[in-house]
Amino acid sequence: MSATPAAAVSAPGATPVIAVADLTTRFGTQTVHEHLDLDVPRGVILGVVGGSGTGKSVLLRTIIGLRRPDVGRIQLLGEDVYAASTAQRIAVERRIGVLFQDGALFSSMTVTENICVPLREHTALSARDARRLATLKIALAGLPQDARDKYPSELSGGMRKRAALARALALDPEILFLDEPTSGLDPITAAGFDRLLRTLRDALGLTVYMNTHDLDSIHAVCDRVAVLADRRVLVAADLATVERYDHPWVQDYFRGPRGRTAGAVYADAVQEA
Amino acid sequence: MDQTGAPGRVELSAAPDGTAMVRVSGAWTLPHFAAIERSMQPVKTALPAQARLDLDGLSALDTAGAGLLSVLLGPERLRAMLDALPDLAPERRALLETVGCAVHDIFAHPPPQPYALGFIGLLARIGSAVEAIWLQTRLLFGFVGLTLETLARNLLRPQRWRMAALVTQIEQTTLDALPIVSLLSFMVGAVIAFLGATVLKDYGASVFTVDLVSFAFLREFGVLLAAILLAGRTASAFTAQLGAMQAHEEIDAIRTLGLDPIEVLVLPRVLALMLGLPMLTFAAMLAGMLGGALVCVLAIGIPPAMFLSLFHADTPLRYFWVGMSKAPVLAFLIAIIGCLEGFKVTGSAESVGERTTSSVVQAIFVVILVDALAALFFMEMGW
Ligand SMILES: Nc1ncnc2c1ncn2[C@@H]1O[C@H](COP(=O)(O)OP(=O)(O)OP(=O)(O)O)[C@@H](O)[C@H]1O
Ligand SMILES: [Mg+2]
Repeated sequence: MSATPAAAVSAPGATPVIAVADLTTRFGTQTVHEHLDLDVPRGVILGVVGGSGTGKSVLLRTIIGLRRPDVGRIQLLGEDVYAASTAQRIAVERRIGVLFQDGALFSSMTVTENICVPLREHTALSARDARRLATLKIALAGLPQDARDKYPSELSGGMRKRAALARALALDPEILFLDEPTSGLDPITAAGFDRLLRTLRDALGLTVYMNTHDLDSIHAVCDRVAVLADRRVLVAADLATVERYDHPWVQDYFRGPRGRTAGAVYADAVQEA
Repeated sequence: MDQTGAPGRVELSAAPDGTAMVRVSGAWTLPHFAAIERSMQPVKTALPAQARLDLDGLSALDTAGAGLLSVLLGPERLRAMLDALPDLAPERRALLETVGCAVHDIFAHPPPQPYALGFIGLLARIGSAVEAIWLQTRLLFGFVGLTLETLARNLLRPQRWRMAALVTQIEQTTLDALPIVSLLSFMVGAVIAFLGATVLKDYGASVFTVDLVSFAFLREFGVLLAAILLAGRTASAFTAQLGAMQAHEEIDAIRTLGLDPIEVLVLPRVLALMLGLPMLTFAAMLAGMLGGALVCVLAIGIPPAMFLSLFHADTPLRYFWVGMSKAPVLAFLIAIIGCLEGFKVTGSAESVGERTTSSVVQAIFVVILVDALAALFFMEMGW
């Protein structure tokens, strides 16, 4: 019996699939990142936390090749994103899935058509098969089936998010980039979302890079947490280490009222298990 | 594990104890989707009620493959079969179960029947198109009324006038359009003078080219050219601006802040155009006649002083007022159409495009229609 994906998961720490080295980002006179380093090994679910406006979204956009860094190098799946040829970049882009902070669904297409776009572009599937697969992805993302033929403007905020997740998952990517995936979801759906991530990571060796403010998500699925503050990654390690990290923002974040509650709930859950 | 590359397939066979075995092998992944589905066909029809699953030959599995497997076996049966496989890797089991649940969900909600095509569909489309035209006309009149009402209410309350917005709009719609309107009118003026000179020369009446140019630009072309340019340039801008705001719920936000979108967004635009188009018309008249004069001087040999004195002697002042009087009316219609189409945007990028196109087409149509009606009216009145 093959265990290829499982092997990948059990050996994190090999070559990182995402490597950010000495990144500096500026908007005019505002410096958002300075000498920022971050490595993400394969098969890891990484939660990136940081105050609002510390540059999480910008960092994500930089990693996936949408914003050239002012200084620094980004490697994605072993390829230097900003030095690669167009063909190499497209090859890398096929292997990643991205969920933008506000969905970024194509507004002139229905949900199903949105998900068919990557399926039709990058595989030899017939239109009918693509639609069937899209239906499956919609169900996997937890979207009600009657949303299939609706346009993005006819969906609720949380439904748009799940539709965008279904599109990000369309090609079973190797790396999934998520910008605040659970914001705007009800807690039950958010928990289902966490479960789905874990299942896909375990079965497919998926690497997940997730910007989030959701403490429950961090406790439930993240193997690693990276804290963005003072224009760099303060610490990137497992949750227990990060919680003990001596920095006022980190302490406020994990030891504040919300952090404590989420932590206590998951500590209980672990003891019961 | 060099089997990972071999496309996935499924076969039925009999186990030593006689029960049927569904033997799944190869890579059940997205690139092999069509091949897997082909190998599923014979199994689908022959699948017995009682069967066991054999996943030992499976080299790779993703959500697409898991989806196919659950469709083939049915989510409930797949679940039962998985329970009978205790030593299946937990991550595979989790994936198959998750996808099985999703497929179960899909089976529970079959897609609705698509809309009927053919003759009935054709009639339905004609009907809805006619209805759309009727509704559009009614809406336009309603919107005109609404705007006039808001205008009347605000006219007496100077503290509610939005001077900053008005001035910005005048700058964008009038001042910025001045070069292009002038250039275009200049060239059309030159062309008309050339045409006139060519036709009138045969009758020895070249000097009447002056009258031709001045009549044409004062009565018709000055205002028409400026209005058509504004219809293309500004009606589309209004639609796109208000449409993008509509799509991002900004107009709803204006309402919930206790403001009136007509007052905040439409009035400054309407007033700006009603003030701006007369100015542009004036510029177009001047530029057109300048173009005509240049041709008269260079090609026909009428000296500038003579051009001016002929113009002064032959052209009554009321021609200027005939042309000018149309400007505010056309401006009002252009602005109203641009804004109304903007409000009709429904949130998709496509609808912004549709509405913008429709606003330009409608605005140009209305400009030419109203100008033609006005020309008839003024001629009958002998003005
Ligand atoms: N295109 C841009 N031009 C100028 N400044 C920008 C631009 N995009 C982002 N910024 C600035 O960069 C900083 C980081 O923004 P970013 O969107 O990454 O925040 P974030 O960490 O994702 O916040 P949130 O958690 O609220 O989503 C902010 O101060 C923002 O103003
Ligand atoms: Mg952000």
